[in-house]
Amino acid sequence: MSRKLNYKDAINEALSQEMARDEKVIVIGLDVAGGRGTQGVMDAWGGVLGVTKGLYAKYGDRVMDTPISESAYIGSAVGAAACGMRPVVEMMFADFLGVCFDQLMNQAAKFRYMFGGTAETPVVCRMMYGGGFRGAAQHSQCLYSIFAHIPGLKVVLPSTPAEAKGLLIQSIRDNDPVIFMEHKALYAMKGEVPEESYTIPFGQANIVREGKDVTIVALGRMVHMATQAAASLAKAGIECEVIDPRTISPLDTATIIKSVEKTGRLVVVDESHPRASMAGDISSVVAQEAFGSLKGAIKLVTAPHTPVPFSDVLEDLYLPNAAKIEAAVKAII
Amino acid sequence: MTSQLKKEDLLRAYRTMREIREFEDRLHIEFATGKIPGFVHLYSGEEAVATGVCMHLTDEDRISSTHRGHGHCIAKGVDIHGMMAEIYGKKTGTCGGKGGSMHIADLEKGMMGANGIVGAGPPLICGAALAAKFKGNGGVGVAFFGDGASNQGTILESMNLASVWKLPVIFLNENNGYAESTGVSYNVPTPNIADRAAGFGMPGVTVDGNDFFAVYEAAGEAIRRARAGEGPTLLECKTQRYFGHFEGDAMTYRPNGESQNLRKTKDCLKIFAEKAIAAGLVTAAELEAIDKEVLALIEDSVVKALAAPKPTAADLLTGVYVSY
Repeated sequence: MSRKLNYKDAINEALSQEMARDEKVIVIGLDVAGGRGTQGVMDAWGGVLGVTKGLYAKYGDRVMDTPISESAYIGSAVGAAACGMRPVVEMMFADFLGVCFDQLMNQAAKFRYMFGGTAETPVVCRMMYGGGFRGAAQHSQCLYSIFAHIPGLKVVLPSTPAEAKGLLIQSIRDNDPVIFMEHKALYAMKGEVPEESYTIPFGQANIVREGKDVTIVALGRMVHMATQAAASLAKAGIECEVIDPRTISPLDTATIIKSVEKTGRLVVVDESHPRASMAGDISSVVAQEAFGSLKGAIKLVTAPHTPVPFSDVLEDLYLPNAAKIEAAVKAII
Repeated sequence: MTSQLKKEDLLRAYRTMREIREFEDRLHIEFATGKIPGFVHLYSGEEAVATGVCMHLTDEDRISSTHRGHGHCIAKGVDIHGMMAEIYGKKTGTCGGKGGSMHIADLEKGMMGANGIVGAGPPLICGAALAAKFKGNGGVGVAFFGDGASNQGTILESMNLASVWKLPVIFLNENNGYAESTGVSYNVPTPNIADRAAGFGMPGVTVDGNDFFAVYEAAGEAIRRARAGEGPTLLECKTQRYFGHFEGDAMTYRPNGESQNLRKTKDCLKIFAEKAIAAGLVTAAELEAIDKEVLALIEDSVVKALAAPKPTAADLLTGVYVSY
């Protein structure tokens, strides 16, 4: 059964269904229960944007509010995961990872390898990312390339409500640490979402739109910009194949290479900065594996190598959009 | 001296301390041969702390350790042969040669890893304690950390979180006087690190970390509180390390003869033996017999570690992820 749900509620439903299925699933984060300590009010918030709202009412103390202390509570989630729980921890904004990076980079990501394959750390760390909200430099970053760089972490970028639900359920059931990144500008997006529980496997890209002329690989929210550009280009007779990798670690390089071998052209759309980025990584993979198929230079459509600006004029200039993608496609066709 | 301890317990405690001492003193010699790769940080001198705490723990209880972790591993029951092989980077090591001295772990023994990051363990052990609380198995978590680490934000955050969540955690500070080369009197602006507990609403206790019995008593009370759901305790054990921050450290920051003097006056093994023999609970001969057995065990572990195979290229890519 399918019905329309927004991205935020799809995430909430995934959490709720998994908490009902497995009592080892617990939710930890700032305000995730909401209102604790404030005149006895409970469940007032559900996280700063309400993603976990209602879970406390259903699952009680398995939804745990924390002090503002990311190292302590994200580390606790990692430790609890290593001891048999399946915590889903909310870091709020991806930008805040700096204050607790050790627990993700040196602890969660390293346990299995460093301990000779004996440890499992099934923790999911959820966070908001991305621009478009005039959130400025400390509340708008993408930062997923940093996580994808680290062996041991898996990195998930859902682009629609249905993908968010299936990928989150997969993330919770996965036995590795997963970084689950939710674009703030997608929370209100509505889409068909099956009611039942389902998973979407990691490392399998989604071919959002088939085409023969240009391959566009787009990440997270950029999938929608790319789809919009592809629809517009189709009117001009240019057929773009739009690929959503869904997970950037593991990355489905096979689907990307196969597509480039068909189209001979590649545009990568990444809202993050271009240096040492996923856009750079994907283009590198194609240059190494499918160079002979390329009929022209690879184009990257990314934000510039600057922090995210605040002013609306500047942020609009900063962000990739459909017009920039169209221009990139036309430049290499 | 504690009345709870029977003769067999005392002999076990002595054996554990002796194993740690011989393991460390032998590593000090072995490191000089150049056959041990990487960094090695020795625990020698602090044996009473790990032993006095871990005597109370079962395999269900979890500890997190530090870069100076060998003593905690041994006290928690990690196999000495596996540890020695791991330190030599061998395939037969506790972590298959992928961890080394600073990352020895044995989750089945409740040993969640020595840790190369100062202050990383307490958040993890809060998680372990949280898991124990959910499972309702009465398990506790003990986070060992040094005087240097006591200034890390992770530790202060974890003490707050453990108190807020009433977690069964013991924050076990091993104050050995030096954060790498910097003295504790410069680093910590209170007489005792345990003074900080008041700020987090938990008991703070300072004991002589060279006195096994003092550690055992205080740790026992903290662990009892934790198991009873009364929340965390900060326990500071004042002790010392005989060797440098790492092997190869010339210890130019320490007063001349400090280590030798401490060995004479503050040796936890000597203090233990004197007290236990004087109380008529064990005999010198019994302790000497243990000394001999332990020496043979450590010798055997070095011989086996040297002879053990190294990992192969096929091991390089395994264990990154669970599923592929």
